[in-house]
Amino acid sequence: MSDYRLKGETGEWEVVIGLEVHAQVSSKAKLFSGAATAFGADPNAQVSLVDAAMPGMLPVINGECVRQAVRTGLALNAAINKQSVFARKNYFYADLPQGYQISQYDQPVVGEGEVEVDLPDGTTKVVGIERLHLEQDAGKSMHDQHPKKSFIDLNRSGVALMEIVSKPDMGSPEEAAAYVSTLRSILRYIGSCDGNMAEGSMRADVNVSVRKPGEALGTRAELKNINSVRFVRQAVEIEALRQIAVIEGGGTVDQETRLFDPSKGETRSMRNKEEAHDYRYFPDPDLLPLEFDDAFVEECRGTLPELPAEKKKRFMESYGLGAYDAAVLVADWEIANYFEEVAKHGDPKQAANWVTVELFGRLNKADKTILESPVSAASLGELLGLMADDTISGKIAKDVFDEMFETGKGAKEIVEAKGLKQITDSGEIEAIVDKVVADNPDQVEKYRGGKTGLIGWFVGQVMKASQGKANPKMVNDLLQKKLDG
Amino acid sequence: MALDKETVAKVAHLARIKVPEDRLDSLAGELDGIVNWVEQLGEVDVEGVAPMTSAVETSLRWREDKVDDGGYPEKVTANAPDAQMNFYTTPKVVE
Amino acid sequence: MSDPLDLTIAEARDALRAKKISAVELTDAYIKAVEAARPLNCYITETAEQARARAEASDKRIADGKAGAMEGIPLGIKDLFCTEGVLTTAGSHILDGFKPPYESTVTRNLFDAGAVMLGKLNLDEFAMGSANLTSHYGPVKNPWKRRDDDKDLVPGGSSGGSAAAVAARACLAATGTDTGGSIRQPAAFTGITGLKPTYGRCSRWGIVAFASSLDQAGPMTRTVRDAAIMLGAMAGFDPKDSTSVDRPVPDYEAALTGDIKGLKVGVPKEYRVDGMPASIDRLWQQGIDWLKQQGAEIVDVSLPHTKYALPAYYIVAPAEASSNLARYDGVRYGLRVEGESLNELYENTRGEGFGEEVKRRVLIGTYVLSAGYYDAYYLKAQKVRSRIAEDFRKAYEQVDVLLTPATPSAAFGIDEEPSDPVQMYLNDVFTVPANLAGLPGISVPAGMDDQGLPLGLQILGRAFDEETVLRAAHALESAAGFTGRPQFRAG
Ligand SMILES: [Mg+2]
Ligand SMILES: [Zn+2]
Repeated sequence: MSDYRLKGETGEWEVVIGLEVHAQVSSKAKLFSGAATAFGADPNAQVSLVDAAMPGMLPVINGECVRQAVRTGLALNAAINKQSVFARKNYFYADLPQGYQISQYDQPVVGEGEVEVDLPDGTTKVVGIERLHLEQDAGKSMHDQHPKKSFIDLNRSGVALMEIVSKPDMGSPEEAAAYVSTLRSILRYIGSCDGNMAEGSMRADVNVSVRKPGEALGTRAELKNINSVRFVRQAVEIEALRQIAVIEGGGTVDQETRLFDPSKGETRSMRNKEEAHDYRYFPDPDLLPLEFDDAFVEECRGTLPELPAEKKKRFMESYGLGAYDAAVLVADWEIANYFEEVAKHGDPKQAANWVTVELFGRLNKADKTILESPVSAASLGELLGLMADDTISGKIAKDVFDEMFETGKGAKEIVEAKGLKQITDSGEIEAIVDKVVADNPDQVEKYRGGKTGLIGWFVGQVMKASQGKANPKMVNDLLQKKLDG
Repeated sequence: MALDKETVAKVAHLARIKVPEDRLDSLAGELDGIVNWVEQLGEVDVEGVAPMTSAVETSLRWREDKVDDGGYPEKVTANAPDAQMNFYTTPKVVE
Repeated sequence: MSDPLDLTIAEARDALRAKKISAVELTDAYIKAVEAARPLNCYITETAEQARARAEASDKRIADGKAGAMEGIPLGIKDLFCTEGVLTTAGSHILDGFKPPYESTVTRNLFDAGAVMLGKLNLDEFAMGSANLTSHYGPVKNPWKRRDDDKDLVPGGSSGGSAAAVAARACLAATGTDTGGSIRQPAAFTGITGLKPTYGRCSRWGIVAFASSLDQAGPMTRTVRDAAIMLGAMAGFDPKDSTSVDRPVPDYEAALTGDIKGLKVGVPKEYRVDGMPASIDRLWQQGIDWLKQQGAEIVDVSLPHTKYALPAYYIVAPAEASSNLARYDGVRYGLRVEGESLNELYENTRGEGFGEEVKRRVLIGTYVLSAGYYDAYYLKAQKVRSRIAEDFRKAYEQVDVLLTPATPSAAFGIDEEPSDPVQMYLNDVFTVPANLAGLPGISVPAGMDDQGLPLGLQILGRAFDEETVLRAAHALESAAGFTGRPQFRAG
């Protein structure tokens, strides 16, 4: 368990967190109909007669959604159930046209598994997966179009979701946030969900309870539909503090659904939506059991790429990277690919440094993603190559990189056009060194008098005189020889 | 009586069916009669018997991941008693 | 040429191809009959204009030598099948004004085979009933009357409009649906033939759902041959229905060989129930003798869980219905009764839109699925259902078909409906087991009761063995030579 503790008036409290993540399956068509799933269409333009729950309409399952659920289960090291059952979850709501959601209840397609989660301090933690099941998304209600009415758009109605339920294994806001990040990273690696939380492709329901260390589990509250990693972190902390205050104030925590309001920094009860829920699950008689064989599972397994945890291990072993750097680089498979391309051209550690410090710094400032980077991996590799063969110095390289980032031009192109090639001709450097030594007799005397620290000053002078182009190591060696000799 | 007036009111709300107060008693009587009658199933030994959820013995057929439906908002809202700008409408829902 | 209203499908087909009558002439005769039959209240919607247009198209195809299996045949369609652009009500107030923008697979298949639709036939609301007394559009009257009694009788249900119309010559044949006996029981009450195919044989796509695991569409005709012809046109694999079974449709008419020598016919002793009228018992024995005389071998069999079929059915069907009918909420189609809040809109719409029997079943279904009761009721019923299916499996190890009465009584008076719902449900006692097991069954008119009302015998068969069921039914029909005609005749 985490050593994270919250301080209350009566002492320290532990937090226990479990998550239910809803991830939209990357598929062209919906789970049970042939309507499109693309984001941002006109109202009810991606709605089939099935999605609108017209009388007599029937569901037929999209095989791609099954495939993606199985692939995701395999990526979560989970048990795959070769027979599973779709059930109806019955309740009335404006965005639920059938009056029930087709979901999976006691026989989900994926059973128990586990994921290795990277924590910000470079350590890892294993979080248990309870299950993964397929279900339909609901439509959308809009409340600001009309003074007395809500408007209903069913474009999302019937879109395939994977509900991934964790065990209550997380003990701090950081762990909960890291779990969501890791899950997102895995889903994006395998391509079963685009992970776009802003567009609602991934949402988390967070179950939070508190207890005194060592005591039994407390009553949990469920925070619904949290749509960013940052909000997961905030919501857990705010809710845990609220529960502690309730208990220490002599009250009890209700098992209920709550809404996290980031603008007010509070959670509040959604009891009106919750009244008398009794979902009356039963197997959907319009659908037969979902079945597949071992060959199908193996076929799915064969399509899995190297996953973040394996990749991290490999980056540490074959590139000699530290756990932290490796974790940062593998979190996003596009970044990991970028890094590996760069590392082909130079020292891997240097490559990691350039990617995580120089590139990330500039991308952040420009508010760009790795896919939008004006500098391609090959291009950055070229720059590293120029440093490795002493064509330019590290200092010059940073200036070149700035220009590459701004103009999208290649490293060699810039170095050549600006004449930034490092001076490695010893005669040429010796001439500059001689001139600097000759021009500064006072400093030479001080140096020889014991202030050897002045070597740095001499190097600076030589570099300045060469406009930064002299090879710093050669400069150093020559100065040492001239001044000491 | 297993199925009393209060239970009927609760179930009617779950099913979102308005039942006039003066109908609850008689309805409870009718429903209780049906429930008592079906309880004779208790006599059947079903030890080790799997529930039969479908008369079809094959497994589920899968469709291809192809967009071949939708794209007709006017058609799906044509029968709606109060559609506006291709949206369905309900009384305002407060969340 | 005889009265066109007395032609069977087979005879009409031959007459049309031989150009002895045109499709337009045949349809016009039926359009008049539909009008004449209005006192029976069998049709909710009449579609004379469309019918004539389709008949004209049929004549063209006949002239071009492109006639389909049902070319030019005027049909009534149970108003549970969604028909594109034509009001579809399911007999319910809650579907007020609903015109589907789609055509059910079964009606599509029939139209593709050349059939002509005369209109939409009345039924029990959402097919829930056995007497056609629960329709929002009023009861249907049986064209038959008791000897020496002018009382209006029920046609049975839920396909009561279909049965009455076929019997009264207000259509040549009709579609029905059968969830617990809704084709076979009204067929028996009106002296016609009604076939419920194997579950999965006809697509459920576009049929307003009552109980998804039990519903099955089938033909309602005047002869067994007509049932064979019409089933061939209705049936077939449909990728839009996940419970539709992918297997070829045989030539059912070719199965009517007239030869049942060596056919093993089971007689289940559990179908001999208390209080069954002597006339039905007598007819059953008669049926046994008829088949025996034609060379069939009669075998006594036992279906020990028969008496539990009805209570199991009255858990499973309402449970599925409670969920299937949740979509009728006043938002996307049909009736809307406004309210201050969303819940009020739902409760007002559903409170006013559903009739008493539908409400009763939705409430029972909601109750048996609700927390704490699921295992005791729903799960238990599904296990009993397995037992019932197992009974049939064992019986079909010994026999090819089963012979039973179709109903425990003849048609009764519209004002004689038992007030106790459980008494009412007993109408389906002989038909429900086949629905639970998903097996095919047919009701054939075979005789009369003491008051001159028609009675039916039922043949049940193995899954997807409609051919043997039809062959046995055909033999029964030939032996019975049922020639009774209802008192009311359209035109
Ligand atoms: Mg959940
Ligand atoms: Zn969910």
